[in-house]
Amino acid sequence: MKDPVPNLPDAKPPAGEPLVWFTSVGLVLGLTMVLLLVGVIVINGAKAFWPAEISQAELSDGRVLLGPLAQDRIKPGTPPAENRREFQFQIGLREFNGQSFTWVDVAAVKGLTLPDSAMALERMENGAAFLIPTGLRLADGTVLPATDAAFAPRLQTIIAAVAAQRATLMEVERVRIGRINAKLQDAKISLRKAEDLKQPTEELQTEIAQLEEGYQLLATEARTLRDTFPVDTLVGVDGGGRALEFPSASLVRAWQPNAMSWWERLGLAFSRAWDFVSTEPREANTEGGVLPALFGTFVMTVFMSAMVTPFGVIAAIYLHEYARKGVTLRAVRICVNNLAGVPSIVFGVFGLGFFVYVLGGNIDQLFFSDQLKYNNNTPVFGTGGLMWASMTLALMTLPVVIVATEEALSAVPRGMREASLACGASKWQTIREILLPASAPGVLTGVILAMARGAGEVAPLMIVGVVKLAPTLPLDGDFPFLHADRKFMHLGFHIYDLGFQSPDSDAARPMVFASTLLLLMLVIFLNLGAITIRNYLRERYKSSAF
Amino acid sequence: MALNSPRVPQGTPPPADARPDYIRIKDYNFWYSEKKALDAISLDIPERQVTAFIGPSGCGKSTLLRNINRMNDLVDGIRHEGDITVAGRSIYDPSVEVISLRRRVGMVFQKSNPFPKSIYENVVYSLRIAGVSDRDILDETCETSLRRAALWDEAKDRLQDSALGLSGGQMQRLCIARAIANQPEILLMDEPCSALDPIATGKIEELIHQLKTQFTIVIVTHSMQQAARVSDRTAFFYLGKLIEADLTETIFMKPSQAQTEAYISGRFG
Repeated sequence: MKDPVPNLPDAKPPAGEPLVWFTSVGLVLGLTMVLLLVGVIVINGAKAFWPAEISQAELSDGRVLLGPLAQDRIKPGTPPAENRREFQFQIGLREFNGQSFTWVDVAAVKGLTLPDSAMALERMENGAAFLIPTGLRLADGTVLPATDAAFAPRLQTIIAAVAAQRATLMEVERVRIGRINAKLQDAKISLRKAEDLKQPTEELQTEIAQLEEGYQLLATEARTLRDTFPVDTLVGVDGGGRALEFPSASLVRAWQPNAMSWWERLGLAFSRAWDFVSTEPREANTEGGVLPALFGTFVMTVFMSAMVTPFGVIAAIYLHEYARKGVTLRAVRICVNNLAGVPSIVFGVFGLGFFVYVLGGNIDQLFFSDQLKYNNNTPVFGTGGLMWASMTLALMTLPVVIVATEEALSAVPRGMREASLACGASKWQTIREILLPASAPGVLTGVILAMARGAGEVAPLMIVGVVKLAPTLPLDGDFPFLHADRKFMHLGFHIYDLGFQSPDSDAARPMVFASTLLLLMLVIFLNLGAITIRNYLRERYKSSAF
Repeated sequence: MALNSPRVPQGTPPPADARPDYIRIKDYNFWYSEKKALDAISLDIPERQVTAFIGPSGCGKSTLLRNINRMNDLVDGIRHEGDITVAGRSIYDPSVEVISLRRRVGMVFQKSNPFPKSIYENVVYSLRIAGVSDRDILDETCETSLRRAALWDEAKDRLQDSALGLSGGQMQRLCIARAIANQPEILLMDEPCSALDPIATGKIEELIHQLKTQFTIVIVTHSMQQAARVSDRTAFFYLGKLIEADLTETIFMKPSQAQTEAYISGRFG
């Protein structure tokens, strides 16, 4: 019997197939770029801590360089045929060499060795140093030769002792003397005020005298501490044979990378990375750590989120729930969306003009008039600071939160809203009990986006409170603990400052990458926190499946 | 004979003290923007009886139901003429607050819409927002409402669990429990069984039978069998007009309008 159904042509691939490939190209391109960027940052950031091998290069002109090979490139501008490769060595010892990096033609390098005893030093001043150690001159004048097995452990013990003493000194100078200075300042302001108002001043004068006395005591203590640093000296020679002496008080860290195993290097890298996030910067920020910047970024971002979330949510509730629909509402919504496109520096200028000068200035007039009058017009809130910076960024990221919240409110099923109203709830009760909990995950998505944008922002911060160096953290043990009026450091600005404003940009380069990596990790960390909260809320308030 | 399908039960007669015009709809016209949805509706709904609204899709039966507790206030651009009174008072009386109206006129929706909260919190929601925080009252209300909604036995051991873990039929009964928790006088049901299987539907219909001893129930339904099974009176709507309203038995056995007969015998709709 003949089949009544005509034979269908052979199945063709569905017509949309090439488009699927096309769309994937977009994703692949984007992902590749992001991975490249992150890869560059991670590799270069890790290099900053990795103890590189120290080479000894003998040059044809008789010079001998000692230091890690930093770069290997073709001299720019030379035709490829000439093949003029050149090496960059980090030679350190800025006080003798003038700069810590030098370029050398590969053709001029006669021999390249890795002496086992070569030592790298991290110092309080003048950057890195590389040497062949000859020994350790102890306090009693005897010299412990570098070949002695006790040399390396002894050196590390001394460096640890120096670090401990430095920490004590810092505690005395920064915390205790700082505290007395603050009190002294307050007392002096009160004294000037009392004098001005012709009030009795004896009491204040005794107080000031007492504080001065306390200050003198602490100053003596600090001086004693500074004078009693271990006097042992590390002696050695540089590549060219110049004799070098390093008093132990100037040393931060010493290591001999050429003799280290891979695991020892890894340990050292982690130890240096930890120092990077837990100590203060030195040497115009090109050395030391970034603790104040890390902390400042963190506190500012948290502050900003704490301010932008309620404002954004309240604004979105009004726009979405209460505002009369029509042309005006649409116009307002377009304006809000366009705010996100205003250059951030404009927000910075607004923050300076409105928050700092108008709000801050008025706060100073109202609450700190004594400060202004009797302390050379020194502003408290009338100058850039943590609070104004956070508020400026909160304003900048407000549109993101508003848009996200409105989206989330729209996504709440209509049935839930109706059910609540049918139960006799007022509009506000419905918003509070039903809509807000249900849209909380969406709000947090907005906050995550806002945090990511705010944490990485630099331009507006430069004019509303971020400074190059502010070693005192905005959070400490002194009342009122959180000092929202203080200027602070920020990783983004730190990166800009190191990369573009530093006198020795070659030396600062690893720090730039390491700071960038750290900023990335901080943003990821903050976002993970917000995502955790969002998932919890989503689980808790997930809406009905149908 | 108009009826070949459902068995028509004898609708119970209204209680002696029941008002025949508990809800009175008088010359009521209603517009969504420019579109007229209800045209000169006049209808009396008796107290403590079940009244079913039937008619093809888009005939205005749901619109009318949602106007009784002013749920349509949420929609932009609505307009009405005429009046609806509940127990003698206009629902549009400026001295009647919408919130107190909705407290007296509960509503169950077509799609069950439990809140993403616990079963317990769902049931006592209306009390909570009315400011009741006495644990004993809340517990008691929760139990009586769930019992009335025939959900107590299934839910009593999991009151603190999320309501979203219930089955579809249980969710709809939970919504009924929530609607009756604050003792409304009227219960509006907008196609409460359209998403349910026959067993769950049977349970809810049984529930409606029991609830009518206490509440005035208005139910919108697409199923004529359901209207026949649960209601005492039936109103047939077509294209925004009320065609006929009478005892359910009369509508199904001896409709006076040809359109009604055509609809219930399945010739159009």
